[in-house]
Formats: sequence, structure tokens, C-alpha cells
Amino acid sequence: MRKQRSAAAGPKAKALGLGISGIILFFLIWEAAPRLGLVSDRYLPPASEVLVRLGQYLTEAAFWNDVADTMTSWALGLFIATVAAIVVGLIIGSSRFLRRATHTTIEFLRPIPSVALIPLAVLIFGTSIESTLLLVVYASFWQVLLQLLYGIADVDAVANDTAKSYGLGRLARVRYVIWPTALPYLMTGLRLAAAVALILAITAELIIGTPGLGKQIALTQAGGAISSMYALVLATGMIGVLINLAARIVEKRVLSWHPSVRGEVVL
Amino acid sequence: MSPLKRVTYFVGLPILLIVLWYALSFGSTNFFVPKPIELAQTLWTTWIGDRFFDDVLPSLGRLAVGLFFAIALGIVLGLLIGSTRWLRNLLEPLLEFFRAIPPPVLVPLLMLLIGVNDSMKVAVIISGAIWPVLLNTVEGVRAVDSVLNDSCRSYGIAGFARIRYFVLPAVTPQIMAGVRQSLSIGLILMVISEMFASSSGLGFTIVQFQRNFAIPEMWSGIVVLGLIGLGLAIIFQFVERRVLHWYHGLKEITHDS
Repeated sequence: MRKQRSAAAGPKAKALGLGISGIILFFLIWEAAPRLGLVSDRYLPPASEVLVRLGQYLTEAAFWNDVADTMTSWALGLFIATVAAIVVGLIIGSSRFLRRATHTTIEFLRPIPSVALIPLAVLIFGTSIESTLLLVVYASFWQVLLQLLYGIADVDAVANDTAKSYGLGRLARVRYVIWPTALPYLMTGLRLAAAVALILAITAELIIGTPGLGKQIALTQAGGAISSMYALVLATGMIGVLINLAARIVEKRVLSWHPSVRGEVVL
Repeated sequence: MSPLKRVTYFVGLPILLIVLWYALSFGSTNFFVPKPIELAQTLWTTWIGDRFFDDVLPSLGRLAVGLFFAIALGIVLGLLIGSTRWLRNLLEPLLEFFRAIPPPVLVPLLMLLIGVNDSMKVAVIISGAIWPVLLNTVEGVRAVDSVLNDSCRSYGIAGFARIRYFVLPAVTPQIMAGVRQSLSIGLILMVISEMFASSSGLGFTIVQFQRNFAIPEMWSGIVVLGLIGLGLAIIFQFVERRVLHWYHGLKEITHDS
């Protein structure tokens, strides 16, 4: 009990302080483990060494080229997948017949792990960026499509009927009834897809060898440049954090009108 | 809906697609696109027999072990971190960072730390699949109903009984949502760990087919991976129904009122 009351004094500042000390603690343990000989520094170099290497990377043009390659395939893949999923989702979602008829096919195609397509991508596209795109698009398409279909299924029947009796056509109903209802679901799908797209972009680079950060990680590992490899892994983690943050901010912006974000009580 | 109509809806589109595929590939001699019957035959001859025991079963075994530990560790650590405020504040930013690291980059990293063997592949699966379960459990424990929490406390329910009868049931829907994500990440990592560093297993075999331009065999491998994904999804749905039947029932009631 006592702990709770003291935390209430400045809960946010205190949580932030603890969070930062958690990160510092982690780096201290990482620094100490190889220095004390708990882990061989051939396999786990001390944190300071990795951080210095990361700092060097940040000044190298080659590193930023790799980042640009990874982010291009990420953004392009996510964009293609989202547009395709919105078009397909709105078409399937607007008809009961299509929803029922496509159900089994979607449920069968969705769980196919996108990495199963790696050999196919190599065969068709080789090590060009299209290989990465194929994996990224396939993986993120289902995330967006499924959420969008949930969202469309959630449309209030009364609202839809009201719109119908006021003479709103099919297109107008999609714009003014279905779209606003499905938008929060769509944003959830986008947030999930953004994370999945990064995973698949890095995977393709790592396994296939398309240009980007993943390929560099494989190269540094094979070449025994261990601290470089750890530095690159840290860099991918930071990109992941940035993408998560950006996705949350976009979600908040786009849905600023929505009750769940506005935080008001609606009855 | 009549049973006939239901069956038609269920198999209609898949049959249509297969017929279309058959018709389009009928006269074609395209090297890359297999014909449906040829693919089915290859599927049978390639995967039933020795390869099933040498490659498929060990892969599935590693996946099962990895997922089991990822889920168990995720729940236990999640309950621990979620119910201790200072621990949660201390670790939360760190955990967010670990979750944001794309799991495949851990393959070369763990290869160094552990070496190329079965425990490395299991470790890869655990280290990637644990995060959704762990973070969802933490989030769920934090969001438990405060009235129920206070009632528990005033009835003197504490320790193990509190976890067993109050916290765990309250968090299960969140945990299951995490498990669903973990399953697909685990499957991806199983394949990747075998593609990157291995001389056996499903992932290795499929890449080997592709390198040897054994195209129908490669396609059949993709189908096998798809079937495993589908199997996992079906098992998950079955387990979720069993574990969360009370939750779905409750939701239906609140939706109706």
C-alpha cells in the first residue's frame, strides 16, 4: 500500500525514471558479462564496443543506403498491400454473398507463412527488390484485409438501413456509413501490418540477400565482424520502435474524432 | 441455411479456383507453374515416406517445444512483471524494444551464442514467439477489473488462489490473443532458422529443391508449409473455444442486452 501512495505523487515521472534505469541496468549487465568472462567476448562483445560501432555506422553513407533500401521495400510493400486490401475488402465486405463465398479461401490462404514464398521469390525475381516486395505484400495484405472485414461486419444495421431509407446509394453508404465504422479496424490492421512488413523486409534481406540491413547482418556475421552485427541488430530494433511509435501517432491523428480516442463517455 | 447451400458456400470458390488453374495450365509448358494433378502426385511421393520422419517431424517437434516454452515463459513472466508495479515500470521500455527487434535477425545472433544445433533453433523460436504472450499478459494483468480486485482482497484471497481463480481467468482472453500471434511468428522462425543454417528440416529441404530447380517439389513444399499453418490455426481455434467458451458466451449476452 505504501508503495502505491508514494507512486501516486509523481507516477509518470517515477515510471519514466524506472524505465530509463531499466535500460541502463540492461546495458550495464551486457557490459559486465563479457568483461567478467561469463560469456566469451568473441560471441558477445561488451555493450560499449557495440554502441561505439553503432555510432560509427551512423556517420557512414553505406549504412544509410542500407537503411534506405530496407525502408523503401517496407514502405512500398505496405502501401501496395494496404491499397489492395482496401479495394478487395470493400468489394467483398459490401456483399453478403461474396463474404460467404470467399470465407474458406481466405481462411486457407491466410495462415500460409509468407516465408514459404521465399524459394518462389528467388526463382522469379532473384535478389532484386521485387523478392522482398512479394513477401512484404503477401504478409501485410492479410493483416489489413482481415481487420477491414471485421470492421465492415461491425457496421450498425440500423445506421445502414437509415442511410438506405434516406436514399443514400451504394457508394454514398460506403463513404458515410461503412468507411467510418471500419476505419478504427483498418488502423489496427495497418499498425499490425507495419510491424509485420518490417519483419518480412529484414527476413528477405537476410535469407535471400536482397540489398538492405538484413543482408548486412548476414554479411557481418559470416565475416566475423561481431560487434558490427550486434550494432546492426540494435539499429533494426530502433527502426522497429520508431515504426511502432509512428503507427500509434498516425492512428491517433486519423481517429481523433472517434470516441475511443476522444476519451469521452458516450451513451 | 440449408446444409446443401452451406456446403456450396464452403467449397464453391476453392473448386472454381482449382478448375480455373487446371484449365489455364492445361496446354501450358511453363516450367515454373505446376499442373494441379502433377502437384498432388509430387506432394504424395515427396513428403510421404522417409522425408516425413527425417525432415517434417523433427521440424514440427522443434516448433512444438519452442512454442510450449515461449507460451509458458511468457505467461509466468507476464504475471510476475504485470503484478509488480516497480518491476513493470523498470522493464516496460526494455521489453518494448525487444519486441520491436525483427525476430529473424536473432538467427545469426543465436547461431554465434549457441552454435548450429537443435537448441539454437528452439531458442530462436522461443526468443521470437515469447513477446506477444509476455506483453499481452502484462497488459492484461494491469487492466484487471479493480472492483473484482478489491473484492478479492477483502475476502482475503491472496497468493496462489488469487492468481488461479482471479488473475489468470481475467487475463486469458488477452493471453489467447497473444498466443495467436506467437503461433505464426513461431512457424516463420522455424522455417527461417532451417533456411539460414541447417542441413535438415522443412525449410532446408524446400530451399534445396529450389536450388536444384526441382520446381514441382518446391511447390509441394510450399503447400506443406501452408497445411502446417492451417493445422496450427485449426488447433488454435479449437483450444480457444474450449478455454474461452465462458468469455464468448459472456460477450454474446452483453451484446444482446
